[in-house]
Amino acid sequence: MATQPSDLETRVGPRIEFRGDPFASRLSNFPWWFLGIILIAVWAVYIISTRDNYQEAYAFIKQGIPVTIYITLVAFSLASIIGLVAGLSRISRNVILRNLGTFYIEVIRGIPMLVLIFYLALVAVPSVVDALNAFGAWLNGVGLGFFGAICLAIENKNVPLEVRAIIALAVTYGAFMAEVFRAGIQSIGRGQMEAARSLGMSNAQSLRYIILPQAVRNILPALGNDFVAMVKDSSLVSVLAVRDITQVARLYAGRSFRFSEAYTTIAVMYLTMVVILSLLVQFIERRLRANE
Amino acid sequence: MNDAHKIIEAIDVYKYFGDVQALNGVSLTVNLGKVVVVIGPSGSGKSTFLRCINYLETPTSGQIFIDGQLLSSDQRVLNETRAEIGMVFQLFNLFPHLTALQNVTLAQNVVRGRSKQEALEVGMQQLERVGIPEKADSKPAQLSGGQQQRVAIARALAMNPKIMLFDEPTSALDPEMIKEVLDVMLDLAQEGMTMVCVTHEMGFARAAADEVIFMDNGFIVEHTTPDGLFNNPQEERTKLFLSQILQH
Repeated sequence: MATQPSDLETRVGPRIEFRGDPFASRLSNFPWWFLGIILIAVWAVYIISTRDNYQEAYAFIKQGIPVTIYITLVAFSLASIIGLVAGLSRISRNVILRNLGTFYIEVIRGIPMLVLIFYLALVAVPSVVDALNAFGAWLNGVGLGFFGAICLAIENKNVPLEVRAIIALAVTYGAFMAEVFRAGIQSIGRGQMEAARSLGMSNAQSLRYIILPQAVRNILPALGNDFVAMVKDSSLVSVLAVRDITQVARLYAGRSFRFSEAYTTIAVMYLTMVVILSLLVQFIERRLRANE
Repeated sequence: MNDAHKIIEAIDVYKYFGDVQALNGVSLTVNLGKVVVVIGPSGSGKSTFLRCINYLETPTSGQIFIDGQLLSSDQRVLNETRAEIGMVFQLFNLFPHLTALQNVTLAQNVVRGRSKQEALEVGMQQLERVGIPEKADSKPAQLSGGQQQRVAIARALAMNPKIMLFDEPTSALDPEMIKEVLDVMLDLAQEGMTMVCVTHEMGFARAAADEVIFMDNGFIVEHTTPDGLFNNPQEERTKLFLSQILQH
């Protein structure tokens, strides 16, 4: 009986021997962490929908969701552009560009993000606006009233904190993304640039048509991770009184003293957004690999 | 021939990589329609010299004239001149994110300013010329080494270059794929294309070359006909090299 090959064995050859118990192996490979997150989500939905306190907290805090999403999306788009420019500068052959790029990246990376957000929003932005205003006054003085009016149109008290928060996040993340872009561009072999140049393409054309499409493909997972990180770090803008979900939760907690309700709700909100986005990044990564 | 048209003229080209002297004053004139094969041991400077011809390497000193135009760091002149010089690399250097046909049409669009339609027509013509029109929609990763190198040749030819440079085009290929690439190169030579080929394929040198150059240590040691080089080498260094590679 024991020597009789099973139906499966006769069709596809001998069965692969498992080392140890296959059931145990399946148990240890199961993504328990994911099950844990799902359970938390289910528990949160249950609590929010059944307990009045939590329902009230959720109803109040959810008004911050559009702000969080809007700030993250706009700041990330800006940071991508800043990162691309700074990353290209950092590997430029032009000495001035290269040093400016490196200077920016090193300065930003050497300061805590929270301090940077205060600094950029409350010191750097007003200084730039003051400088613009002074420039506008000077333009008026030399008779270029039209251009002067444009520069004087911006006033510090009219720059909303949302805009300052977005600028602060974008400038901060731009430095981190610059390093991602730099690494992505440098990961493309020299031969690609040489082939493009040998066909008569300019440096800019070679970058646009040959190097960047390949580089961006390589760094897409890293960019995705930066986006996920930015969703979380967007909570820092609450220190500027921007009404994202963190700030709204703080307001709610301060008003009602229901700390547990307020902070449990936003913790679950962030966790949900981050897990969904991470899964999306993984999905895109797998699609890209399948296409290669 | 007194009225021979000088298409490439290299005068006293030196190239240093740090302290390493790769080229020690190389001068060479190539006339229109000639096939020049460059041979020599590795490290002799033959690839460096080839790459100096289209300024992928900037010579430390010396002058390169392409069809009368002196090359310098002037990017506009370089881009225009490079469009007239096709280059085929040892490792193909196809653009992996584009299909074979897109590889062949991109520079036609971007550099030559041809319409999509015209670029596609020329592209397909060139893919047919190298014998793989059926691979037009394949990505480079789906092609064999020989097929990739033939697409690379088509990519260069689609620009209608006046000169073709080959940098060891068969060195990275499996033996059974060398012939398909050499056949394309032979056809090209017979059609009258001006070619400078760095290669170890002595059979190709015998069959296609008008002139053969033997380089060593950054010098041109011998510059003669294939017959003269293989049957009647003048220099000791050449004899030694030939005896080493023709032994088997």
